[in-house]
Amino acid sequence: MTAPFFKFGYFNDEVSLIVAFVIGIFFGLVLEKGGFGSARMLAAQFYFTDMRVFKVMFTAIVTAMIGLFYFSWIGFLDLSLVYYGETFLLPQLLGGLILGVGFVIGGYCPGTSAVAISTGRIDAIFYALGGMFGIFVFGEMFPYITDFFYSTPMGQINLPDLLGINYGIIMLLVILMAIGGFTAAEWAEKLMAEKQSKARG
Amino acid sequence: MLKIKDWFSHHHEDNAMEGHKTQKHYTNPYLIGLLLGLVLLSAFVIMGRGLGASGVLSTTVAVAVDKVAPAHAQSNEFYKGYLGDGTKNPFKDWLTFSILGAVIGGFISGAISGRNKIMVEKGPRFSNGKRFLFAFIGGSLMGYGAKMARGCTSGQALTGGSLLSVGGWAFMIMVFVGAYGMAYFVRRQWT
Repeated sequence: MTAPFFKFGYFNDEVSLIVAFVIGIFFGLVLEKGGFGSARMLAAQFYFTDMRVFKVMFTAIVTAMIGLFYFSWIGFLDLSLVYYGETFLLPQLLGGLILGVGFVIGGYCPGTSAVAISTGRIDAIFYALGGMFGIFVFGEMFPYITDFFYSTPMGQINLPDLLGINYGIIMLLVILMAIGGFTAAEWAEKLMAEKQSKARG
Repeated sequence: MLKIKDWFSHHHEDNAMEGHKTQKHYTNPYLIGLLLGLVLLSAFVIMGRGLGASGVLSTTVAVAVDKVAPAHAQSNEFYKGYLGDGTKNPFKDWLTFSILGAVIGGFISGAISGRNKIMVEKGPRFSNGKRFLFAFIGGSLMGYGAKMARGCTSGQALTGGSLLSVGGWAFMIMVFVGAYGMAYFVRRQWT
């Protein structure tokens, strides 16, 4: 096992910040190139006119998921050293719902708003200011909602462990679900395009 | 020497979700998804952690509260989590530097593709003032929701999703539920 490199001490904290910066540059490049600096493009997902958000997200998830599994399988990467947060089911369900509502009202999510600001979108500045306001409200409320925030703890758990199904089978199901979703997305876009061209006469 | 304004184009060609004019400029979504997945994978392989975008906003808020009311911030577990133990600058962090990179990467890509433009993203029937208000409200909900969920689209959906995290998938499904459920009520903003 040689990866994750940082966890095996190949470089120190200072260097890790440079790594973060370089990976961030590629993250920004890809998001912008994909059209995610545009709130209208992102919002189009929720009106079925352009399903880019879904297509990009699920292709990315499937790619990284297969890559992780492969690197772990050939003994290159120790998957148990790759960090992800613990699950607290109820607060995460509610948080996702609130963020989703905010997504279609605000037009961005945090990462895409960074790209939108740097490409000149003025509304994204208001979005980021709002983001800080929302975090401030959460921080001020925190002492009163601490119990809920830590409710339904499940620890660091993944779907194979939860369902007691083999990691590979779950991966296969995710891939099949993604392909089904892509097919549905292409179909929905075509349907909406036809509907719009009809409406225009 | 290039001036800042030269980096922003002034033509108005991409003024539309009308037809497929704009979409041509953007790269195929499956290719973008593949590249995004590889960026994520390289973060896993090099650092052993994924991406996160909302953390830097939280650090900014925590530092601001700590400047204005230090005792108040120090007594709050949430702010303290971002301020650390005071031995190092809270901004000297993976999340801050990766988002700084994302801002620059986005700018470079926008400059290459001629998409850097001072403008407001909205549908033709919506005023700028209302759009700013909606952006602020949506941002507030996002900030609140991301903290409740312990991460946003990058941290939970992409990172957690590809690691098959239960919380990441639960979060992601609810993001789509929330956004599709709300879409009808704000359609004037976008269409």
